[in-house]
Amino acid sequence: MSADATGPALSLRRISKNFGAVAALTDVDLEVTPGQVVAVVGDNGAGKSTLVKVLAGVHRADAGTIAFGDREVTIGGPADAHALGVATVFQDLALCENLDVVENLFLGRELRRGRLDEVTMELRSWELLRQLSARIPSVRVPVAALSGGQRQTVAIARSLLGDPRIVVLDEPTAALGVAQTAEVLNLIERLRDRGLGVIMISHNLADVRAVADRVAVLRLGRNNGFFDTAEVSDEDIVAAIIGAADNVVTRRANRERDAGDE
Amino acid sequence: MSDQGTAGATPPLDLLDERLRRGEGPRAALAAILDRIRGGDLGALPIVLGLLVIWTVFQSLNSAFLSSANLVNLLVESVPVGVIALGVVCVLLVGQIDLSVGSVSGLSAAITAVTFVDAGWPMPLALAAAIGTGAAIGWVYAMMVTRLGVPSFVATLAGLLSFLGVQLYLLGRTGAINLPYDSGLVRFAQLAFVPAWLSYVLVLLAAGWLFLTGRSLAAARRRAGLSARSTRLLVARSLAVLAGLGFAAWYLNEARGIGWMFVCFVGLVLATHYALTRTSWGRTLFAVGGNAEAARRAGINVRRTYTTAFVLCSSLAALGGLLAASRLAAANQATGAGDVNLNAIAAAVIGGTSLFGGRGGAFSALLGILVIQSISNGLTLLDLDSSFRFIVTGLVLALAVALDSAARRSRTAHGWA
Ligand SMILES: Nc1ncnc2c1ncn2[C@@H]1O[C@H](COP(=O)(O)OP(=O)(O)O)[C@@H](O)[C@H]1O
Ligand SMILES: [Mg+2]
Repeated sequence: MSADATGPALSLRRISKNFGAVAALTDVDLEVTPGQVVAVVGDNGAGKSTLVKVLAGVHRADAGTIAFGDREVTIGGPADAHALGVATVFQDLALCENLDVVENLFLGRELRRGRLDEVTMELRSWELLRQLSARIPSVRVPVAALSGGQRQTVAIARSLLGDPRIVVLDEPTAALGVAQTAEVLNLIERLRDRGLGVIMISHNLADVRAVADRVAVLRLGRNNGFFDTAEVSDEDIVAAIIGAADNVVTRRANRERDAGDE
Repeated sequence: MSDQGTAGATPPLDLLDERLRRGEGPRAALAAILDRIRGGDLGALPIVLGLLVIWTVFQSLNSAFLSSANLVNLLVESVPVGVIALGVVCVLLVGQIDLSVGSVSGLSAAITAVTFVDAGWPMPLALAAAIGTGAAIGWVYAMMVTRLGVPSFVATLAGLLSFLGVQLYLLGRTGAINLPYDSGLVRFAQLAFVPAWLSYVLVLLAAGWLFLTGRSLAAARRRAGLSARSTRLLVARSLAVLAGLGFAAWYLNEARGIGWMFVCFVGLVLATHYALTRTSWGRTLFAVGGNAEAARRAGINVRRTYTTAFVLCSSLAALGGLLAASRLAAANQATGAGDVNLNAIAAAVIGGTSLFGGRGGAFSALLGILVIQSISNGLTLLDLDSSFRFIVTGLVLALAVALDSAARRSRTAHGWA
């Protein structure tokens, strides 16, 4: 499925991260190649967002390595991640509510630092938002005045601004309506077609199935299986997420199927 | 609000959304302004109204209040604390506070006097020592806040006491050091007034500059297909500024005129305004004050941002202190003591800079100090002593903070951040 696989793959090897006594991540591996969409799924508290934050430079891993191709890299802070071309949309979005849309989009990478080029920044913002089919009435209102879905779009737009190689999205469709969800899924496909690597965290198996090439399952901070989306059934993914073939989800599914047969 | 595109043809890129309630003409512009005010985006309105009320009250109590001579004095008197308030604005913007600005200004006055008068240093060196000490103090605060995690109000409260001690120690047993009347510093602060013709030239330059920058911005926006202010509006704005400032200059020139010190203060406010709104450094201050974690994730060096704010604040406090000493021609134990500290913070807040971080601007210092100084000046004219001044200033501060909090709640409800 993956398109033109140019450039090196991003690989995480044996990443561990502890918060005090809580081992949020233990020996986690993950790999994404250019032109590939990898979905990371897992139950609440499985460590998905922690993994995202390690990649984004928000947290430093306690152990493990991150590499682009053969080149090992250190991500010591958010600026390192940006420099490596890893752009992240956080689950909590991380926008400044007192700043307007343009100011948020260009935060940390303003044009002409000594004398801000507001006109070009506003123009680029409109172009970017239109590409995303965003319905934002004005880019000069504070982000606090936007709805959840609009903020999500702003956060996604911001990740695309720096021409990233890898885009990491933490539950990007959780706050979105039907049409906006479809837009985001389309966008993810466009990113893949442009040869970017995409890591998408999601709870929604339908979304995962729609766009992901590979699925990585996290359970209690550890890898619990990698699958090709084309070859795996929903039941297998659910089993990996929950940790047993005989679990509350499959039992419920069986019950419903049996009821339907009668 | 007063934006208006090329009428008739396709609307500008930023006004395409059909949900935007837009209209043309002054009525729509007025409606937009009222909308914003109702939503808690008060801008400079409460303070301008407040200033009008204060002036009316004092004028009715003592007809000397609005005389040219008194206003000339009021403006020059407002500068030292106004400069300090400008620094306070910067720390408030990043969501921190500096409670020691008064002590730091007093210390700076003492350092200037000791090095210049007692030790006989050349003037520039003495000034550099005073302001350099201020900068160093700000750096120490920043280290305590960013490296040790000490809350800024505790760190600066400790500083308040310590630097007051250093000030008293430096001034020695006499407790006061006089600055010579013929020194450039004292002459600048007491006797330097802008010649009348030059004041009108400055007013013309201000109005012309406002028009030219406004027009070039509007042209750039139109070229990019964005909405822009109409030339008519820009002309009207410049003429209004020309008339307002021209009248003020004429009125003040009836007496001694405009003090150079006040002109320099306004210049400092304009420079800070530019830095806050037109540079990426200014943007980082607002971002950190709004959401420090989001700023960090955007790759902003949050520690450095805090450091610049604290250093700037203490440096401006030091500058304010040496201006106060120059004005008085002496550094004494009272320099920077008493209500200086609270007045500086109150001025910033009254002027519209939020205590909650991320909102405000350089002009708050100018507007806020005019309110504070008007109250203090008016009460002095009425022969009321400092007890009254403390009470009234305290009440005004309480009112301003209450307004800030209420506006914040209203903004959340009306979606204006
Ligand atoms: N900043 C933090 N401090 C302490 N514990 C944390 C922190 N962030 C996450 N955790 C813990 O790490 C685990 C994984 O959380 P997270 O990565 O957010 O899960 P999710 O898969 O739902 O995104 C949870 O047990 C959570 O409590
Ligand atoms: Mg999460």
